[in-house]
Amino acid sequence: MSEHAVQQVPIRVTVNGRELAAEVEPRLLLSDFIRHHAGLTGTHVGCEHGVCGACTVLVDGAPQRSCLVFAAQADGAEIRTVEGLAEPGAPLHPVQQAFHEEHGMQCGFCTSGFLMTTVALLEETPHPSDEQLVDALSGNLCRCTGYRNIVAAARSAERKLAEAGDE
Amino acid sequence: MSELIGRSVPRVEDERLLRGEGAYVDDLHPSGCSEAAFLRSPQAHARIVSIDVEEARSAPGVIAVLTGADLAGELEPMVFQIARVVPETVRASTGAVSRVHPMPAIPADRATYVGQPLAVVVAESRYLAEDALELIELELEPLPAVVDPEAALEPGAPLVEPEWEDNLALEYRYRRGDVDAAFEQAAVVVEEVFHSHRHVASPIETRGVVATVDPLDGTLAVSASTQTPHQLRDFLAGALRRAPETLRVRAPDVGGGFGPKGAIYPEDLVIPYLATRVGRPVKWIEDRSEHFAATTHGREQVHRIALAADADGRILAVRDSIVHNCGAYHTLGLVVPYNTLTHLIGPYDVPAVDVRLRAAITNTGVVAPYRGAGRPEAVFAMERAVTRLARAVGIDAAELRARNLIAPEAMPYATGMIYRDGTEQVYDSGDYPKLLARARALVEEEPWAERAAGRRVGVGYAAYVEGTGVGPFESAALTVLGGGRVRVATGASSQGQSHRTTLAQIAADALGVPFERIEVVGGDTAAIAAGFGTIASRSLVVAGNAVAKAAAELRAAVLDAAGSLLGAPPESLTLADGTIRPLDGDGPELPLADLAGALSPFNPRRPAGAPTELHAKAIFNPGPVTYAAGVHAAVVAVDPATGAVEILRYAVSHDCGRPVNPAIAEGQVLGGVMQGIGGALYEELVYDPDGQLRTGSFMDYLLPTAGEMPEIRLVHVDCPTPLNPLGVKGLGEGGAIGPPAAIANAVEDALADLGVVVRACPLTPDRVRALIRAGGGDGGATAGAGATEVAA
Ligand code: FES
Ligand code: FES
Repeated sequence: MSEHAVQQVPIRVTVNGRELAAEVEPRLLLSDFIRHHAGLTGTHVGCEHGVCGACTVLVDGAPQRSCLVFAAQADGAEIRTVEGLAEPGAPLHPVQQAFHEEHGMQCGFCTSGFLMTTVALLEETPHPSDEQLVDALSGNLCRCTGYRNIVAAARSAERKLAEAGDE
Repeated sequence: MSELIGRSVPRVEDERLLRGEGAYVDDLHPSGCSEAAFLRSPQAHARIVSIDVEEARSAPGVIAVLTGADLAGELEPMVFQIARVVPETVRASTGAVSRVHPMPAIPADRATYVGQPLAVVVAESRYLAEDALELIELELEPLPAVVDPEAALEPGAPLVEPEWEDNLALEYRYRRGDVDAAFEQAAVVVEEVFHSHRHVASPIETRGVVATVDPLDGTLAVSASTQTPHQLRDFLAGALRRAPETLRVRAPDVGGGFGPKGAIYPEDLVIPYLATRVGRPVKWIEDRSEHFAATTHGREQVHRIALAADADGRILAVRDSIVHNCGAYHTLGLVVPYNTLTHLIGPYDVPAVDVRLRAAITNTGVVAPYRGAGRPEAVFAMERAVTRLARAVGIDAAELRARNLIAPEAMPYATGMIYRDGTEQVYDSGDYPKLLARARALVEEEPWAERAAGRRVGVGYAAYVEGTGVGPFESAALTVLGGGRVRVATGASSQGQSHRTTLAQIAADALGVPFERIEVVGGDTAAIAAGFGTIASRSLVVAGNAVAKAAAELRAAVLDAAGSLLGAPPESLTLADGTIRPLDGDGPELPLADLAGALSPFNPRRPAGAPTELHAKAIFNPGPVTYAAGVHAAVVAVDPATGAVEILRYAVSHDCGRPVNPAIAEGQVLGGVMQGIGGALYEELVYDPDGQLRTGSFMDYLLPTAGEMPEIRLVHVDCPTPLNPLGVKGLGEGGAIGPPAAIANAVEDALADLGVVVRACPLTPDRVRALIRAGGGDGGATAGAGATEVAA
């Protein structure tokens, strides 16, 4: 395939605490890098135009739509994806647990994005107002649940995180 | 012995999905996988003059480029047999005529809608495939296009299918009672035109297909984001001229369906074909702009409806003349258009009916079932008309409905119509007055504080019935595995409906095996040879009862085998909690795991003649459909100055028979309601008069978000059906049926004194403003005056 090799740029990122170095095409989307190069397919792509939020990951702590960022732009960044919320075999992260208990998911395709959005919100604002909560969640689309249980899950996650913090 | 049915058992699906370990079709990437991209028609109707792919063929990373001409003779054109099906009884009662035409997977001569595939590139990656698309030189000669279905039926309209003499794909007319006399004698007649606009279902996961040829046995393995893997297998077998046994189709995790993923598409055939041709696995994942143009759309009907009533508002007759838009190909026959007929009269007792429907092909994307499939269209027309009638008679809209509902004592109630499956339409059970009363109670907090504050508040209702659990069949196969686990395989796949949980609840109860030891496999033709799929609010009814039936047989087989092992008559034994015990409690116990071990071929002391496997298979043929029903009520506030509509409360009372898992059932209703709200207020797929798609992204086609979610209240009025052993009715679609009608009725109510008549959705601010201007009222000037004639 070398005959059609295009110019590559070297990048170095940390994904869920693991350091990765790669040579990527400048046009490679961060979402494709995460899914295909890092092999973390829990981050989903629903629109590739920045509206659905399914591809949301945390880049240096802030929620980002990974379909709107080139992998090359993330050089040096610390990235967290859904796979980083709980180690395989370890108990679910409180936010994941809350989505399960409140039936905040059906097909699950939007779920990773909602989880990462909720984690970012509650890390930044541990006790959001109703307005802040709905505002944060309204950047993600879900076509299955009608959102009520997602909002309930985010509230329940807030309580779980607060309790965990108290212990 | 029912312990789990009826309980909100937490979902077993969740954990993998929450950890990001789901396997959706784009997560499958077999080694050596190549990727495909399609060149799509930029024009709605055009003759293909030439497609030059030479440069694309030699572009970097390109493996193959194929056009329609290359595929002719390789892939049979798609013929949709279901479009042909008109049961004799339907033909006799409605004179229904359906005309079918083949759809080329990729046309060689003519493009008939924007987004139709015209060529395909296979390359090392999607990036390189799309690069090569740019190098294809396509020359098209534009042909006149027709987009509007009524225009398509006018004499002299451009022909979408040149083999036909007009664009009429399907036609029927149903008549009962003396409609003309009823209209002559009526004290009140209302007549209106109502439009159901075009939607796109928009699951968050788009479509996708991955195909691989097994190097050992040549099996063509296809994973697709589909609702109907078995039907896809059979379709593929025909198109590729292969025996179905040489194909394996799987629906992996599927990220939402809502109807469109129950259709069969050109890409579903082309990608597997390419895998056989290029000798590498091939993957295609639809992008969102392709989805808007090339995945099936929903709705789009025009109703010219008239109601005749006596002075008390009792409906004497309904007349409706309907035009339905099929899009460029007629693929589904009666399915959607005929659902409209059999759901139009809904929960009302109407003596005389005359409904005529004509379906046209047009130069637009194919229209196929979308959550509700012909029912929301019917309900929008009828429930808008019923509300207009209430206003004309001068009584409250809920009261007028109450006067016309079928009484519970009248159940089972024969409507006189024939259902799509050819059987008589009979509502099996339901209490419609109670449904209405419960919904009414949920919005009766008069006076609303908003009204007191001077806002224009309106209340609107929508009542409907929904035939659910349609046949022909679903299958289930249960097998006891080592360790006493039980595998349930079914033809019904899941796109989020939680079958792994609900079907396991049903199996656990019927078998006497703990829920945790049941695993459900759906949507794999290798796990079960026959299957139908998850469409049309049918799985819980049809697959659920198939599982219950097979579980009863397996239980008998288990007790038989245990009996011969223990030397006890099987009738003296029971299976509970995964252990076989004597009914009288006197004697040894045998865990299912031990029974399976004793029967294993590895056991040198296995009893002679004992079965080597504990297995049972069942097919459930449901017979006539069972009727779910509901009443929705919306309370809205409308700002006449800006046209903004706010839903203050949304209430649903519904009957889904016996709920298997209330939390999951409620989730289905909530999701459906939100989709319906989307269609009522935000979503519309728009073509311009030339057939160009104006809404090709989520920036133009607006889905509701959490910010648009109103307060929703649900109540259940569950009337189990006598039609199936479990007593269940379907509920996947019901939530989406009511909202456009209920919200349109509420908006009109809020603006009634301004002369507003709502004839179509979505009720976007600019459309509401236009309605106010057309009504002649200057809403801005009267803001704060409050609404009149609000349902109390
Ligand atoms: S895929 Fe990135 S926002 Fe939709
Ligand atoms: S759970 Fe299916 S899109 Fe949200």
